[in-house]
Amino acid sequence: MKIGALKEIFEGENRVAMTPESALQLVKLGHTACIETGAGAKAGFSDAAYAAAGVEVLKTAAAVVKAADVLVKVRGPEAKEAKALREGQTLISFFWPAQNAELLETVKDRGATVVAMDMVPRISRAQKMDALSSMANIAGYRAVIEAGNNFGRFFTGQVTAAGKVPPARVLIVGAGVAGLAAIGTSTSLGAITLAFDVRPEVAEQIESMGAEFVYLDFSEKAQDGAATGGYAAPSSPEFREAQLKKFRELAPSVDIVITTALIPGRPAPKLWTEDMVQMMKPGSVIVDLAAERGGNCDLTVPDQKIVTENGVTIVGYTDFPSRMAAQASTLYSNNIRHMLTDLTPKKDGVIVHNMEDDVIRGATVAHAGAITFPPPPPKIAAIAAQKPKEKVKELTPAEKRAAETAAFKAETRNQVTLLTVGGALILLAGLFAPASFMSHFIVFVLSCFVGFQVIWNVSHSLHTPLMAVTNAISSIIILGALMQIGSGNWLVVILAALSVFMAGINIFGGFMVTRRMLAMFQKS
Amino acid sequence: MEYGFTTAAYVVAAVLFILSLGGLSGQESAKRAVWYGITGMALAIVATIYGPGAGNWMISLVMIAVGGAIGWVVAQRVQMTEMPQLVAAMHSLVGLAAVFIGYNTEIEMAGIAALQAAGDADALQALSGFAHKIAAKSASEIAVLKVETFLGVFIGAVTFTGSVIAYGKLAGKVDGKAKKLPGGHVLNAAAAAISLILLVMYFNGAGTWALVVMTLAAFFIGYHLIMGIGGADMPVVVSMLNSYSGWAAAAIGFSLSNDLLIVVGALVGSSGAILSYIMCKAMNRSFISVILGGFGGTTGPAMEVTGEQIAIDTEGVAAALNDAESIIIIPGYGMAVAQAQQSVSELTRKLRAKGKEVRFAIHPVAGRLPGHMNVLLAEAKVPYDIVLEMDEINDDFPSTDVAIVIGSNDIVNPAAQEDPNSPIAGMPVLECWKAKQVFVSKRGQGTGYSGIENPLFYKDNTRMFYGDAKKSLDALLPLID
Repeated sequence: MKIGALKEIFEGENRVAMTPESALQLVKLGHTACIETGAGAKAGFSDAAYAAAGVEVLKTAAAVVKAADVLVKVRGPEAKEAKALREGQTLISFFWPAQNAELLETVKDRGATVVAMDMVPRISRAQKMDALSSMANIAGYRAVIEAGNNFGRFFTGQVTAAGKVPPARVLIVGAGVAGLAAIGTSTSLGAITLAFDVRPEVAEQIESMGAEFVYLDFSEKAQDGAATGGYAAPSSPEFREAQLKKFRELAPSVDIVITTALIPGRPAPKLWTEDMVQMMKPGSVIVDLAAERGGNCDLTVPDQKIVTENGVTIVGYTDFPSRMAAQASTLYSNNIRHMLTDLTPKKDGVIVHNMEDDVIRGATVAHAGAITFPPPPPKIAAIAAQKPKEKVKELTPAEKRAAETAAFKAETRNQVTLLTVGGALILLAGLFAPASFMSHFIVFVLSCFVGFQVIWNVSHSLHTPLMAVTNAISSIIILGALMQIGSGNWLVVILAALSVFMAGINIFGGFMVTRRMLAMFQKS
Repeated sequence: MEYGFTTAAYVVAAVLFILSLGGLSGQESAKRAVWYGITGMALAIVATIYGPGAGNWMISLVMIAVGGAIGWVVAQRVQMTEMPQLVAAMHSLVGLAAVFIGYNTEIEMAGIAALQAAGDADALQALSGFAHKIAAKSASEIAVLKVETFLGVFIGAVTFTGSVIAYGKLAGKVDGKAKKLPGGHVLNAAAAAISLILLVMYFNGAGTWALVVMTLAAFFIGYHLIMGIGGADMPVVVSMLNSYSGWAAAAIGFSLSNDLLIVVGALVGSSGAILSYIMCKAMNRSFISVILGGFGGTTGPAMEVTGEQIAIDTEGVAAALNDAESIIIIPGYGMAVAQAQQSVSELTRKLRAKGKEVRFAIHPVAGRLPGHMNVLLAEAKVPYDIVLEMDEINDDFPSTDVAIVIGSNDIVNPAAQEDPNSPIAGMPVLECWKAKQVFVSKRGQGTGYSGIENPLFYKDNTRMFYGDAKKSLDALLPLID
């Protein structure tokens, strides 16, 4: 099949859906590739580079549409692009079918198949084609860079000869892919980073990135991200109030706020209100990644950077990925390529549109003259349900002390019982046994005691040498044989001699082998 | 003068022995400690040969020299992987010696009793050494002596056959599986009961035959007890036999009124007892259940293990190791079987040369002898300061990039923590699954010694590296650069 990439006609869009590198991979799948001239120019890929990778460079968009069986794009089609599609042709791009019902009708009428990259289900297998995540990753990174660009100070704290510089305090609201990318960038620049999310299970992820999770003092049943495919869901008014209260507390102390909060299929929640902006220090920066959907901040103006009266810069750009076109194109074209890999199961250049496959079915919004949106729920749940986290109950000092006292008492009781019983037994033995026995018995008991005290200190790694050495010294039994060997009875002499012989093996063998082992233990 | 000298030498020897055991608390002090032991032993032997009661010292010296030469050669030749069977074999010698010495005491007693009955005062006067001491004993002392001798022989006999069977199992000469004669523990109990009855009869003057029958019963107990215990419980068995050999020496010490024997026997006995306790604790099982063999009954169906074991090839492991910063290796008995410790050491050396943090996690019951893995790794020149105990390293797994499990199974089984119905529930295990990635080097699919499914192998971050441990590692080595 021929895969054709169109030049983006949307104003300010710099990305391209195919790179020379991804084209090479497409060829490996058995496809051929063509591209509209100049499509990659703004992302830094020249026509020559494409030609070198074996891509046919065509003069006009119409020529590409005519030549290609599969069209790849970044932005969803404009009306005239949609009308140009022909029956049986496949379009792979972002589409936002829920917001573009009319466009969906158009492509259905044209009989084309549309694979919407924004509809790829969130399951592990589909991560490699999750273009939303790869774009969000770029947006999160770029948001921090953009904030730094508009922020008049260092991110990291420094003590220089010229004086001390405090570190910047960055608050990131929403810890999805973009939020986490922003956290990573911000912490690696050295800022003190705080992060908030309505899903408590991401606290661990936030902390793993080196930021501090902002906890709310709120006892509503926590949201479970797993139920909504890993996305946030709207929260109750009470929860919202608690959240805003916390933000008001933080507003005067933070220098940079990056908001990334989005709820699928709804306008962005207003989380950073006007009064919070008023509270912020002059020179502070707000980057609103939700600007396209109305913005998380009250004052955000989409696609613009504004400065408020109190000197707070609010960045409302909606084209962060496009501002890093080379990187974004590389990742997006890889996502497209992975999608095509799944669509070409035999790697023979034949596209099989398997509507039984969860990923392909989910992403396909129009197929064979019918609208196939919304898709049925995927057969496998996106993310395993979050297990309730066990909380180790923090003991109060009083409880701790009580527990310690109890343990101490139990120990004392144990020891006293043991001593009493042991003492009684010894006394009992003393009543009956002859005095000569008792004097040996005392030696025995004391030796056991010494043994127990000494052996507990032996290092675990030396247990084998310990066994070898105890083995060697247990042949002290040789003394018994030596004492008997002087007997007048020949049988006794023989048995004693044999015992001496065996003990002799043991003594030498045991000590030698211990020495050999110990000599092997070396420090690095 | 002689008596005083001997006793003084014994006191010094006893102190040296205690220092020798105490010195094992650290690797460096242990090297000195073993000399304390050797000196103590030499002192004790010289003092005894020199002291009262000893005669025929030519025979003694020859016997010690011959035995010593054999011991020396064996100790030089033995492979470190063969340590468990060597230790078991040496225990059997102590056990047998205890039996012989006990019999000697009985023979002397019988002889003296005959002389006393005949009223042969001259002959009694002419007795020297050990016999002289017995002759001087009062009736009640003789009674106590009988009990002591009986006990010494009993423990010695159990130690002897037990150690021989343990040796056979460890050396692979006897099938390692738990086996019992029909009747099981009832037979053991019966033999023990017979021995007890014989003790009473012997005490009341039943004569030498009681001792002989009891010895046979004790031989049977030792044989049957150890036959019934399976391979993975061997660390407990060996340390238990170690303990018995000590108690045997102590009992003989009582019968010979020799304090040094008592002291050393008690030291060795308590050492073995503590080791057994530590091993049992590491398996979360009571000593009784180990001795009675087999794992305790389960309380319900085991948790279903879902998922699949995903295999990985050498290149995949090498790539992960090249990327990893911190690596923990968990060796088990399988490493000893495959003789892979040299390859493991080489791998460690290469990875450390690249500046990676490589450490070893040792479970207390890994291998067939307490501390078995430590000795093998030390032999392969793995520095001991990167070989850590379970408690020292368990908290570090979450911050570890790669955990490599080589030939261990039950000691890394998460079912011990996750499945209350698992036969090993509650046993402390190495939490290697918390590492970012786990590689399991294993001969093939299948369960470990205990026959328990291991959910670790099915975890998302686990990859199975099938094949002989030594061959797999050798194939891996050239790929680490």
